Amino acid sequence: MATKLPPTDVVTIGLGWTGSMVAKSMTDAGLRVVSIERGPWRDTATDFPPSYSPDELRYAVRLDLFVRPAQSTLTFRNKSDQTALPIREWGAFLLPNGVGGAGVHWNGQIWRFLPTDFVLKTHLTQRYGAKFLPEHTTIQDWGVTYDELEPHFDTFEYLCGTSGTAGNLKGQIQPSGNPFEGPRSRPYPTPAQKQPYGQMLWAEAAKDMGYQPFPQPSGNLSQAYTNPDGVTMGPCTFCGFCERFGCGNYSKASPQTTILPVLMRRDNFEARTECEVTRINLDSTGKRATGVTYVDSQGHEWEQPAEMVFLCAFQMFNMQLLLLSGIGQPYDPRTGEGVIGRNFSYQTTSNVQGFFDNKIFNTFIASGAGGMVVDDYNGDNFDHGPHGFVGGGYIAMAQTNARPIETTPTPAGTPQWGAAWKKAVKDNYLSTIIPIVHGSCYSYRDNYLDLDPTYKDRFGRPLMRLTFDFHENELKMSRTLTDKLAEIVQRMGPREIVKLPRTGPFNIVPYQTTHTCGGAVMGADPKTSALNRYLQSWDVHNLFVMGATAFPQNAGYNPTGTIGALTYWSLDAIHKQYLKSPGALVHA
Amino acid sequence: MRYALLALALAPVLAVGMVARAQVANKQSFEVIQHGRYMATAADCTACHTAPGGRPFAGGGALETPFGALLAPNITPDVQTGIGGWTDDEFVGAVRDGIGHGGIHLYPAMPYTYYTQLTRADVLAIRAYLATVQPVRNLVIANQLPFPFNQRESMVGWNELFFKPGEFKPDPGKSAEWNRGAYLVEGAEHCGLCHTPKNVMGGDENGQANQGSVLQSWYAPNLTGNSHVGLGDWSVDDIMLYLKTGRNRFVIASGPMADAVTHSTSHLTDVDLRAIAVYLKSLPPGGGTLPQPISAEDPKMQHGGAIYYNQCAACHGAEGQGIVGLFPRLAGVPVVQQQQATSLIRVVLEGSRAVATAGAPTGPAMPSFDWGLSDDDVAALLTYIRNAWGNAAPGVQPRDVGSMRAALHREAQQSP
Repeated sequence: MATKLPPTDVVTIGLGWTGSMVAKSMTDAGLRVVSIERGPWRDTATDFPPSYSPDELRYAVRLDLFVRPAQSTLTFRNKSDQTALPIREWGAFLLPNGVGGAGVHWNGQIWRFLPTDFVLKTHLTQRYGAKFLPEHTTIQDWGVTYDELEPHFDTFEYLCGTSGTAGNLKGQIQPSGNPFEGPRSRPYPTPAQKQPYGQMLWAEAAKDMGYQPFPQPSGNLSQAYTNPDGVTMGPCTFCGFCERFGCGNYSKASPQTTILPVLMRRDNFEARTECEVTRINLDSTGKRATGVTYVDSQGHEWEQPAEMVFLCAFQMFNMQLLLLSGIGQPYDPRTGEGVIGRNFSYQTTSNVQGFFDNKIFNTFIASGAGGMVVDDYNGDNFDHGPHGFVGGGYIAMAQTNARPIETTPTPAGTPQWGAAWKKAVKDNYLSTIIPIVHGSCYSYRDNYLDLDPTYKDRFGRPLMRLTFDFHENELKMSRTLTDKLAEIVQRMGPREIVKLPRTGPFNIVPYQTTHTCGGAVMGADPKTSALNRYLQSWDVHNLFVMGATAFPQNAGYNPTGTIGALTYWSLDAIHKQYLKSPGALVHA
Repeated sequence: MRYALLALALAPVLAVGMVARAQVANKQSFEVIQHGRYMATAADCTACHTAPGGRPFAGGGALETPFGALLAPNITPDVQTGIGGWTDDEFVGAVRDGIGHGGIHLYPAMPYTYYTQLTRADVLAIRAYLATVQPVRNLVIANQLPFPFNQRESMVGWNELFFKPGEFKPDPGKSAEWNRGAYLVEGAEHCGLCHTPKNVMGGDENGQANQGSVLQSWYAPNLTGNSHVGLGDWSVDDIMLYLKTGRNRFVIASGPMADAVTHSTSHLTDVDLRAIAVYLKSLPPGGGTLPQPISAEDPKMQHGGAIYYNQCAACHGAEGQGIVGLFPRLAGVPVVQQQQATSLIRVVLEGSRAVATAGAPTGPAMPSFDWGLSDDDVAALLTYIRNAWGNAAPGVQPRDVGSMRAALHREAQQSP
């Protein structure tokens, strides 16, 4: 039986990137905010200090910072005629836990999606005709445009101190940036990071071939920076321990290094850690959230009433709470009706290994978001007509690390163990580069999320079930772009190239990316979206759902920049409209 | 609307009441109470009289002295256990003369040796403010000292030797700003309590005022015009920024000074901060001459340099340059080159969290290296830092690291 607590104005479920942004913004408005976080409190010097944070075994192999499957997991299958089984050890994606969320252990890429990405269906249909779209695709427009989001992209980039080179300033194409990006209102807050040797050589080769390589926009800063809230970050030291690790040097943008120092000083803010929300509570009409129920680490159940609820957990856990709380109509893949669980998407990644004889790259000198990028094959930056697929991605020499346990590339034909394998690892470690393709993944009728009929979590609640497979459109895109990437590597004069395009079926075991998206998408029509254009639930007006949960499909970029922009876009509407007159911000 | 009517109805009564009271006493005056609050902040009463996690001014916090422990008394207006039953004269006597309720002698952990310079009006304003805080019933037995130090009568002799009573006398040859600064530094802020060396009896060393001292395993640095170890190279603006935000281009406050910034100096007006800075900048250089740096060829320097580049350079920079507001500068800054390396040893072993203020909210922290560096390593590292990049200071001995390590371990075991 839950103990009922005194009411508060705002609850955020989770205290990661979006939870921190929401809590900061709502306390700015003078509201009392309680953030309820499943995982532990985390801070730089006490939890990932530079004296031991670069510990590959602890953090990258044993996954110290991630949620334990025993605490929370999901079941998986490729197709709806298969039986899903629980994920008992993380593989393809690594789901976060704790204060700072995935913002603690990400690589730090801060991209803007392309203007056409936000009006994807309209744009592709106009350019290529409806028949050109893949069979069974459920791609759709977002209900918000790039121009509307531009000020909010800017806010997030300046919060983080983002290091980059503008490619399009107010419509003027700039010489060293991404010529394909949407217009930005001002330059990045800090200059682009320096690039290691392999990145420079790769970019020279790309330039020779007529591409326009540019530095990846990075949340690992090129220089010290103090953000508009007065929080100071330091310069990145290229240690190569970013993704899966907390940054001990205050150089990687995260809630800890950008927002929490300000938020934690506020009397109208409270964080409750190691408290897992089990349900969003609704009133008798089902149209209004009354607060949340959560369980603390002693197993005690509490009810926290609130005027507004912000669902700010990671995409998968947002979806689980929506399904378990009975909010919105669950998606049915047979009829295509319902919106909760619809349009799950992922990311289509691949790479090329280039083995060289006469070059020492020292790829361990790395920043998780550094790298040189070619964007000619992203989104609709090129004519898809001759290719027979839609979507694309960036191709980049953006090697994030060469940590010794897991970075052991060997040429084809090398034995998998023993003295010959050891010799090949030693011979190739310093002279191999692994550039990547970071490709889009569009949504389809048979990729979705629902509740598992068999398996339950520690509270006896059904686990969420993921049904997902790559479609031929994405695999074809991956083959084409991986070939394009290999051409650039070939121009650098390697001894040998190994091409590793993504192949089907989707495999849940090897790590690919943690960019799981969609499931409760935003849009203009309540029949095909769970959230309106302000991330407000169509069904429950005082519930806002943050994060990549709202992506109708995933573009060829890392999602965090767009998550930040959507969050500030939603908060802007809440400040200007909702707080003055609570209710639906869009009438369907 | 009803409240508005009520307020209107009461207004004439209140006005008459205020006029009548003003003629006998002004303890309820808004100006007096707010002035008292400001002076209580300047005097940092809360530093000792509010226990960690305790109610404001309810006492009970432990003060470690070289002679044993004292507990800070309850100074809320509670009649039985606080100061609610004291007369104004008793309060002024306690603050300015070290003679408390019932004529008992206070120990100079209560800095009456500094507060004696405060004006009676300022002390009574503090009293008026303290009368407005929530009374808390909390009986504190302040004197926890062992024999013979628990004999308060011994303070009569101590006072004769070390205590110069008397209100601050402005120097007519100096500016009003300088005099205000002197009043705050030597009186309310009692800077010398930490920054002036003490003799074996715990009295201030004559002639060495503000030249730096060890207190509670921290080294409070030299505040004189000495440009090597003191504030000689700091501008008035540097000092103001430091006291206001806890950081400037040279340092970030941590340890006991972080508390002083948090509770006291960050709340002072810019006018007062400037006065303090002007006064401090007028202190003549003191505290010794520039030592010769230890040679870079010295094996300890080589050992320490290797550790520095491996463990420290990622944040503090290859040349000890640091990052303003985040990682303290080590090259050419006084705090690194003090006569004794007490604070440096402590920070390397224990780690440290810098102060966070409204003006500089980051509050960066340094991790503990206790688990990874031996006594020899820490001694060599600090010897290197104190003598690299143009720095010069005495080398650090492994036995000093060892005794600090032991003391910190004891402290950690004792704390709950």
